Amino acid sequence: MLEVAVHNLKLKNPVMTASGTFGYGEEFADFIDLEQLGGFVVKGTTGSHREGNPYPRMAETPSGMLNAVGLQNGGVGKFCTEVYPRIKHLHTNIIVNVSGHSIEEYCSVAEQIDSLEHIPAIELNISCPNVKQGGMTFGVDPDQAARVVSEVRRVYGKTLIVKLTPNVTHIAEIAKAVEGAGADSVSLINTVLGMAIDVERQRPCLSTITGGLSGPAVKPIAVRMVWQVAKAVKIPVIGLGGIASAADALEFLMAGARAIQVGTANFVNPRVTIDIIEGLNDYCHRHHIGDINDIIGII
Amino acid sequence: MEQKKEMTDFAVVENRRVAETYVELVLRPVGKLAKVVPGQFAEVRVEGAEGVMLRRPISIHDIDTEANTLSLLVQIVGRGTRRLSQLASGERLNLVYPLGKGFSRPKSTASHILLVGGGAGIAPLYYLAKTLSREEVHITTLLGGRSEALIPARDKFMPLGEVCLTTDDGSAGVQGLVVDHPCFAEAYDMIYTCGPTPMMKAVARSAAARDMSCEVSLENLMACGLGACLCCVVDTDTGHQRVCKEGPVFDISGMTKWYELC
Ligand SMILES: Cc1cc2nc3c(=O)[nH]c(=O)nc-3n(C[C@H](O)[C@H](O)[C@H](O)COP(=O)(O)OP(=O)(O)OC[C@H]3O[C@@H](n4cnc5c(N)ncnc54)[C@H](O)[C@@H]3O)c2cc1C
Ligand SMILES: Cc1cc2nc3c(=O)[nH]c(=O)nc-3n(C[C@H](O)[C@H](O)[C@H](O)COP(=O)(O)O)c2cc1C
Ligand code: FES
Repeated sequence: MLEVAVHNLKLKNPVMTASGTFGYGEEFADFIDLEQLGGFVVKGTTGSHREGNPYPRMAETPSGMLNAVGLQNGGVGKFCTEVYPRIKHLHTNIIVNVSGHSIEEYCSVAEQIDSLEHIPAIELNISCPNVKQGGMTFGVDPDQAARVVSEVRRVYGKTLIVKLTPNVTHIAEIAKAVEGAGADSVSLINTVLGMAIDVERQRPCLSTITGGLSGPAVKPIAVRMVWQVAKAVKIPVIGLGGIASAADALEFLMAGARAIQVGTANFVNPRVTIDIIEGLNDYCHRHHIGDINDIIGII
Repeated sequence: MEQKKEMTDFAVVENRRVAETYVELVLRPVGKLAKVVPGQFAEVRVEGAEGVMLRRPISIHDIDTEANTLSLLVQIVGRGTRRLSQLASGERLNLVYPLGKGFSRPKSTASHILLVGGGAGIAPLYYLAKTLSREEVHITTLLGGRSEALIPARDKFMPLGEVCLTTDDGSAGVQGLVVDHPCFAEAYDMIYTCGPTPMMKAVARSAAARDMSCEVSLENLMACGLGACLCCVVDTDTGHQRVCKEGPVFDISGMTKWYELC
């Protein structure tokens, strides 16, 4: 009833988790059965180890939070040798979020992940607003976005999801450009560029001054963008941004998302994904919906 | 094996004001309390406070296994902690716990240890003192605050060993900082400290200079408390480490970069 497909990926249900908010899944294993998820996206992974930005890296804002983690991770080598063996047995879709400073770095990471049997897809993060080079420059320009996607496409054979930034004027144009370059799916939205000031200390709240806004505050922006992109492309769309309940998830599905991801809400309720799956089941029963696909994109 | 974490509803058994701007909340879970190591914390869900979405990290202040209760010592500093201070008996509170790595045990029970606490940092030291006192460790407690009314829970430490105080205004104990108290100059097998960052750094620097073992318990801003988001990191000698996972308690031997930076 809740099964959906994103390109070659078969999902038990449309509920996944968002990169950078769910660690490597293991951090949540005491609270939920990870195999009940449609899938989960692990931390942003780069070519080599990254220390990320200095502390402070977060600030709570109305109905949301700003973060400036800056892609701290152990690098793709460490992922393949240390993390992957610990999680590969899980019967769910494990997706690696791939990031880089350069096209060469994106390609090198994608190639190394391609060789991991139990990773059926990557999510190419061309949109992280935290890193001074890379990230941002690719995702805000249709030509640059298409270039990195077509280069990665040459070396990566499995499902290629491209994650889009909301910090652009015409998101559908970027989506069309990456579709044309060979993306199998797009996910959106990444965080919205924001800023907060601690007026008592007369200082920015984040070490990087600006950072990425997530949580319920961004949801209406995300729903609007998912709707615009779903109308513009043929490849499946994965929707995220502020989802914290089954009703939120349904908004994205109706706006045209084939699947959804839950991010910041995991911090508030580590069982929220399971609650959402149960809520979707309940909704389908109440509305006599035999197949969740029947409501996808109805708006 | 790592300890299992859980998300559990608690009922407020008691909420009592213990000092100016501090309350102690006594909580009872629906089932049986999980095993908690001193120094570990809980992520507390604050409902009904405007603008509060993320959980608030609060140390475990006391455990009473017989009564099946857990206590939190909360300093009112903002919207979330104000709401916690207003909870009535019988109200429900949701906790994710036990989180992080707690204090380590002194190497032998014949040890003489020093606990140095300031502000809300006094909270985890009580459960540590209570646990160690059962092992016949000799405990000295040194608590500091701006004034007498701002040192919570000090009476609770009395039955467990000597208690020394410092205040900025001289209203109790020695006037000055914790590191100015004569008891701080003595030799200890281990120093455990939790409190404002400048206080902990001063304690760590002095312990390092005197070649004494020392553990600090940090209170960085957190989003998840579970090791997933990497928001809470501290810059250690071996790079960024998560305060919620590798900490909140750190041995100062790997923290020179942290305590040398004022
Ligand atoms: C591991 C750990 C254990 C802790 N244990 C205790 C405890 O036992 N008792 C206790 O009272 N507090 C404890 N704290 C601090 C507590 O988490 C914060 O005081 C609380 O989150 C503030 O929430 P608020 O909504 O009241 O404040 P907000 O309205 O969010 O902020 C008010 C002010 O408090 C400051 N603040 C917010 N969070 C922190 C923080 N983590 N550390 C220092 N300043 C902060 C803000 O910068 C702001 O100036 C602990 C923190 C950590 C990380
Ligand atoms: C702490 C934190 C870290 C994040 N790290 C990444 C990352 O490494 N790669 C990425 O593509 N997105 C990252 N994101 C963005 C999320 O995956 C997601 O796109 C965004 O938070 C919006 O969803 P939400 O409102 O449900 O959190 C991060 C978000 C947060 C809050
Ligand atoms: S608070 Fe999320 S990793 Fe520590």
